[in-house]
Amino acid sequence: MITPSQTVGPFFGFALPYDGDWELVPEGHPGAVTITGRVLDGAGEPVPDALLELWTGDAGTRGALGRGGAGVSGFGRCGTAPDGSYRFRLAPPARPYAALLVFARGLLKPVRTRVYLADVPDPLLGSLDPARRATLLARPEGQDVYRFDVRLQGERETVFLEF
Amino acid sequence: MTHPPYLHPDYASTVLRAPSRPPLEMKEDPEAAELTGPVFGHGEVDPLDADLTAGHPGEPIGERIIVTGRVLDAAGHPVPNTLVEIWQANSAGRYAHQRDRHPAPLDPNFTGAGRCLTDDEGRYRFVTIKPGAYPWRNHPNAWRPAHIHFSVFGRAFTQRLVTQMYFPGDPLLPFDPIFQSVPDPAARERLVSTFDLDVTEPEWALGYRWDIVLGRTPMEDA
Repeated sequence: MITPSQTVGPFFGFALPYDGDWELVPEGHPGAVTITGRVLDGAGEPVPDALLELWTGDAGTRGALGRGGAGVSGFGRCGTAPDGSYRFRLAPPARPYAALLVFARGLLKPVRTRVYLADVPDPLLGSLDPARRATLLARPEGQDVYRFDVRLQGERETVFLEF
Repeated sequence: MTHPPYLHPDYASTVLRAPSRPPLEMKEDPEAAELTGPVFGHGEVDPLDADLTAGHPGEPIGERIIVTGRVLDAAGHPVPNTLVEIWQANSAGRYAHQRDRHPAPLDPNFTGAGRCLTDDEGRYRFVTIKPGAYPWRNHPNAWRPAHIHFSVFGRAFTQRLVTQMYFPGDPLLPFDPIFQSVPDPAARERLVSTFDLDVTEPEWALGYRWDIVLGRTPMEDA
């Protein structure tokens, strides 16, 4: 009797984003890292109307919606820019990965994946061949910045997960 | 199968965005981050956010409606204190979104976004106006049936659901590739709300009832 999924559509931008949605920790939080990248379609074109949600697995002490306070939240949301880019500022998660959901026009249900900040021994990573595993590994890029692109379709398609 | 497939060519935007490989089925892992989810505090959600007809200088144009129901898990248990977000077009079928080019009027008294937390019995309730149908460019003479977008969190990140609620008897439903993307007709009907005279408030607003059932979490199998 489960309710079926439907696409988030193109017009969520006035409703779902909120102030500080991508900032799981405030600016200047000690040890904070940024995960950034682009969402790309099967033609390699940027997806400018995707919504990403990140979850570290730990609720933390900062509000998930009300970002006024200090501390750490485990949840963030970010709509993609016209060039398909997104970003999250977070405290390094306790697990080697953060969970990621991607919604978009043209996705009748979200895709879910994991952003691994390190190539560590892990049952999921260990089950994948190197090329597929590479799609789940965020690439360090400068100080405290990790790059993670989501390729929805085609060559180097991101490994998507089902629970 | 309850959910639509990723690739549904009648909905043209799926063609370049649907993954070509099936998702990888995760092995059971009680430590997985996805088995938990964000918790939203009552202090974070203003009760006025559940009334989409408020917050503007005047009353929006359109048919005032109440939309209410319960958020349940797959076992039928209510899901309390979970965040429900909605967004919709105005009564003329126009979104308050800069990329919506449909030449229908914007309503200065209607934005079309709301949110609330479910109560102890999993109930949500919104006051809004009935959204209009609107054209889109998926195929010649394509029109979306009237719908309200819903976003629901549930207890675990695996239960996260974004969907659309439709209205009973809408003549556009048979022609809508997004509604029709749900393969099982019985599952598709679960996206259609029910008119309810008990929810309807005399001389004020029509009432629609719509329950939302979230998927199981892997932990519930144990």
